[in-house]
Amino acid sequence: MEIYSLLQHYWWFIISLLTGILVFMLFVQGGQTLIYSIGKEQPERDRILGALGHKWEITFTTLVTFGGAFFASFPLFYSTSFGGAFYVWMLILLVFVIQAVGYEFRKKPSNLLGERTYDFFLFLNGFLGTLLLGCAVGTMFTGGEFVVNRNNIVNTVGQNVISVWQNPLLGLEALFDYRNVALGLAVFFLSRVLAIHYFFNSVSTKKIRAKAKRPLLISSIGFVVSFLTFLISILFSSGVTYDPLLETFLREDFKYFINMLELPIVSSLLIVGVVAVLYAIFIGLTKRSDNAIWFSGAGTIVTVTMLLLLAGYNNTAYYPSLSDINSSLTISNSSSSEFTLTVMSCVSLIIPVVIWYIWYAWKKMGRYNNKSSDQSNYKK
Amino acid sequence: MFELIDWSRAQFALTAMYHWIFVSLTLGLGFICAIMETIYLRKGKDPKWKSATKFWMKLFAINFAVGVATGIILEFQFGTNWSNYSYFVGDIFGAPLAIEGMFAFFMESTFVAVMYFGWDKVSDRFHLTATWLTAFGVVLSAIWILIANAWMQYPVGMEFNLQTARSEMVDFFALVFSEVAIVKFWHSIMTGSLTAAVFVTGISAWFLLKRRDVDFANKSIKVASIVGIIASIAVAYTGDKSAVQVASHQPVKFAAFEAIYEGAESADLTLFGFLNSDKTLHNDEEVFNGEWKVESLLSFLAFHDMGSFVPGFEDLVYGNEERGIMGADEKMERGQFAIEQVRRYNQAVKSNDLETKNEIIGLFDRSTEEGMAFHDEYFSYFGYGYLTSPDEIIPPIGLVFYSFRVMVGLGLYFIFMFIAVLWLQYKNILGKYKVVHYILIISIPFVYISSQAGWIVSEVGRQPWTVQDLLPVSASLSSINSVNVITTFFIFATLFTILLIAELKIMFKQIKIGPQED
Repeated sequence: MEIYSLLQHYWWFIISLLTGILVFMLFVQGGQTLIYSIGKEQPERDRILGALGHKWEITFTTLVTFGGAFFASFPLFYSTSFGGAFYVWMLILLVFVIQAVGYEFRKKPSNLLGERTYDFFLFLNGFLGTLLLGCAVGTMFTGGEFVVNRNNIVNTVGQNVISVWQNPLLGLEALFDYRNVALGLAVFFLSRVLAIHYFFNSVSTKKIRAKAKRPLLISSIGFVVSFLTFLISILFSSGVTYDPLLETFLREDFKYFINMLELPIVSSLLIVGVVAVLYAIFIGLTKRSDNAIWFSGAGTIVTVTMLLLLAGYNNTAYYPSLSDINSSLTISNSSSSEFTLTVMSCVSLIIPVVIWYIWYAWKKMGRYNNKSSDQSNYKK
Repeated sequence: MFELIDWSRAQFALTAMYHWIFVSLTLGLGFICAIMETIYLRKGKDPKWKSATKFWMKLFAINFAVGVATGIILEFQFGTNWSNYSYFVGDIFGAPLAIEGMFAFFMESTFVAVMYFGWDKVSDRFHLTATWLTAFGVVLSAIWILIANAWMQYPVGMEFNLQTARSEMVDFFALVFSEVAIVKFWHSIMTGSLTAAVFVTGISAWFLLKRRDVDFANKSIKVASIVGIIASIAVAYTGDKSAVQVASHQPVKFAAFEAIYEGAESADLTLFGFLNSDKTLHNDEEVFNGEWKVESLLSFLAFHDMGSFVPGFEDLVYGNEERGIMGADEKMERGQFAIEQVRRYNQAVKSNDLETKNEIIGLFDRSTEEGMAFHDEYFSYFGYGYLTSPDEIIPPIGLVFYSFRVMVGLGLYFIFMFIAVLWLQYKNILGKYKVVHYILIISIPFVYISSQAGWIVSEVGRQPWTVQDLLPVSASLSSINSVNVITTFFIFATLFTILLIAELKIMFKQIKIGPQED
């Protein structure tokens, strides 16, 4: 494999891993959707939001880094998807803005909108944030309606935009594809499952455990059904393949199923990830185990990472164009230059240090666990 | 009539301006908190220093949250509203943004939680480290976006790739250590420190005025005034450096600072003037209805030489052969020629015309003499090829001219203000004068106005370019209908305004509550 191609694969792996970590960190959002069930009463609500309040910034930062890394490594995707699927991304941004202030303002006196409004902001962020991010990731399999023409840049009059979205709904049309919705729902339910596992591990009281039983069951079933719907539908769907020898794109039936067969390590790890999540769901439901979060967390990261590798590796268009197959984006035709990817790869060596200090800081903070509640810090 | 380009610019300006309100404060307040916490530990855990630290941390956290929230929109807006721009410069601009996420955002978001929630959970030393790391994280997060912004003002370390039809990075260190980036970084960081210093001093003055928590107020002013005097002098120094760079690299922007229509040797500095709204490039009206000038000072400030020539709009738009200044009309022709070569290359690829293809590849190869000459004489003006009229290179003069004066005037005011505060402190009479307290309180909005004016000077002044000389805003947009941007503009305008009001109400309340001992 040429160095440039290796770098492109490396950066697709990094993007996939970041997406995996982001979906895992969405347990914060999942927890926010439980404030009207587990957190129906004020002490429980304060307790769970107090615990999530330590982590929301990391989720937020992961989303920002995901965006930045995509911009840097695959700028054509960034300009095509963000500039085209305008409303989906704007909605995602909007619900993340209200989350940031939700945590900080909800308990503060004179907060203008009242605690209940900020709590609703958090709920909205939890529900729409997960659903829309899931749908957006779904389009990496199902595609979008766009046309890319690099030659447009030389048009000094008329259309000079390189990536042009063809559907007037500007991305909202993705919500009409059941596969995107299925993935959106899967992310939504998974985030709730992860949140409850996190609560078992760190803020669990008898009351919270008792109240979590029903939402955990519903979310677990919801996740399994929606995820399997997505997975099966994708495995039986066609995908877009790029033939590097003929330099042509072609639509191929069962593309993702074929990828699973041709990428045995990826598919094996995908199965391991799914099994880990299912095992976590099982021990969460039957034993309400404190350890469920480790299995569901690791399983989520591995599953999502491998899913995206299936979408991008093996000459697959990770963003198929439904309007013009030749406009489809692959990791080779949409990446940054070799030089930029090399620089970024050197910089990415810092990632283990980042993970280390996050782990170290959390460990230090966790010595006095959240069971004692941190709400005092939120008050006044 | 506002068009897509105007709405897209308005939306970006709206987000950037709101973002800067919160970020400018946290840039400096983080360090003030860290200094106070260090003093607290050094003074044998004096609880008064601890309560002072915690009070300012609370205000830091309120601002930090909204800063983070508005920041994410800025990042994604590059893609949503400026799709062509994201593609054209993504190879260069994206890298600092990604590095920012990896280096800085994780650092600040991890340690801000420790700083805010960790008082009774981690050791004193670890907490202090977390506070310092949060402050450094905030600064680090500014470095990379400022490097990216500096590159847009002064594009270096890049080449145009014919195959991909975009600019690509070829020298990372040229980008990171560009002279413009270094000055811009220090100017912005020092502006943030100045904002925080004025903010802390002003709020502390309110406590002095109310004669409550006087010890806390004096302690806070002690730290803030030292930060303030250093920052205000550094802002002036880096501002001067920045102006010299603008005079060399962005002469049209510099002409807008001073509303210079006709260039001159030993050019006068207009301290203040009232612009004549009837004046255009095409008539002989007076530039000012009244002005106050200092002879030859502008030449000195621009080039550190009293006799140097400072070009005006007429020289820059129509050219000045005598001075060796190429006009925008000539640059437009050269830009169109460069664009035409890219067009020819695309056609040659399509028709498999190897001869033409190789000829053009040779033109864009900067390792050869021919390529270097083509770059300097034609490609450097690539963006001019998109312009329809030479006078499009002139930014909105009035906005830049007045903003510049507001920025500089208030910048000088803050130097004198902090000298006065330090002197009154030294004489131990700061608590006596109510009028001083009022002035310090009133100065808080001034520092925000001056820093916003600074960004207006910088960003409006470089219009019509997103990337200086290479890509105009008109060629940077997304292909969306303006109604979509209008919709999101008003949604964000409403949301940001509500958040700002909420934030102010919360801050006022927190200030009223005041510092509290454990």
